[in-house]
Amino acid sequence: MKHWYMLTLVGKDQPNIVAHTTRLLYQAGCRLGEANMNRLGGSFTVMLMVEKTLPKTALKALLQPVVERFNLSLHVVVIEGDLHQHQIPNICVRVHGADRAGIVAQVTSALAQKGFNILELCSDVGGSQEQPFYILQIEGVATAPLEELQQALADLRDVQVEISAIDACIM
Amino acid sequence: MAVLPILTYPDPRLQRVAEPVIDFGQNFQTLVDDLLATLRVSAHGVGMAATQVGVLQRLVIVDVSSKANIKHHGLQVLVNPEILDWQGFASGREGCLSVPDYIGTVIRAKKIQLKAQDRHGQWREYAMEGYEARAVQHEIDHLDGKLFLDRLVSKKRDLMLRQFI
Repeated sequence: MKHWYMLTLVGKDQPNIVAHTTRLLYQAGCRLGEANMNRLGGSFTVMLMVEKTLPKTALKALLQPVVERFNLSLHVVVIEGDLHQHQIPNICVRVHGADRAGIVAQVTSALAQKGFNILELCSDVGGSQEQPFYILQIEGVATAPLEELQQALADLRDVQVEISAIDACIM
Repeated sequence: MAVLPILTYPDPRLQRVAEPVIDFGQNFQTLVDDLLATLRVSAHGVGMAATQVGVLQRLVIVDVSSKANIKHHGLQVLVNPEILDWQGFASGREGCLSVPDYIGTVIRAKKIQLKAQDRHGQWREYAMEGYEARAVQHEIDHLDGKLFLDRLVSKKRDLMLRQFI
């Protein structure tokens, strides 16, 4: 099995972070794997698989110019690649309501008790400063029946919860 | 009947536009049978276009009857299909036998009016919806050299849109 690095970069959002980072890696002969890059609040976050062809210290040194230029935090860990082994989510959970503390913890804890494995979670805070609302979407693999998951989240009465099967159409 | 090899992305033949079927003779009938045999042995496949086996003719087959509780027309051989009208839009997950190990979110029309010839050249019209309509739109895209990869939408954007539409 090939080993890779998982590289994370976080800093204040500004143009050219991705271009500078990936250009440095490309020029050094690094191959990239899967990536997830998002603006979260005012920050830009990069999670990027980089094939392990350089020592960790060399990879960090390679990226030092981009870290300094954009004032980023860099973290690098060795991972197993596991490419081409996508798990297919079979359940989607959508939650939205007036923002308050604890929504994510309550939803994910209830799902975890039912053996739900989260493959992807994304959330957004919309509305205004005075009236923020929270939107949460989780996709994952459930072995418990849909009705059991609905029951597990039934106590969350102050937010809207929708649980549906993900039926991927293979054509 | 022969099971044909399925082209997989990035094979450039998947991006070519198919030609209308004019000759419904024996060679075409053999192609239809081979495409049916190929779909039958494919894992979870509910449709296939001739383009996916490297034949650039406007032929698709769709059979979503394996899905529970949906409206469908059973196994359909659709030749020279044309979408006459469509209504509404819905996002949904799609995968493709020609794009292994990847599933993405795609927006398609909820309902379509379709005109197509059957395997003997007879024109028919269909009203399709939901899963079946999605499958047909996906397959017709193959005939136009498009993959669902060309129509992917961001799940996060889809999430936001759901709150406001």
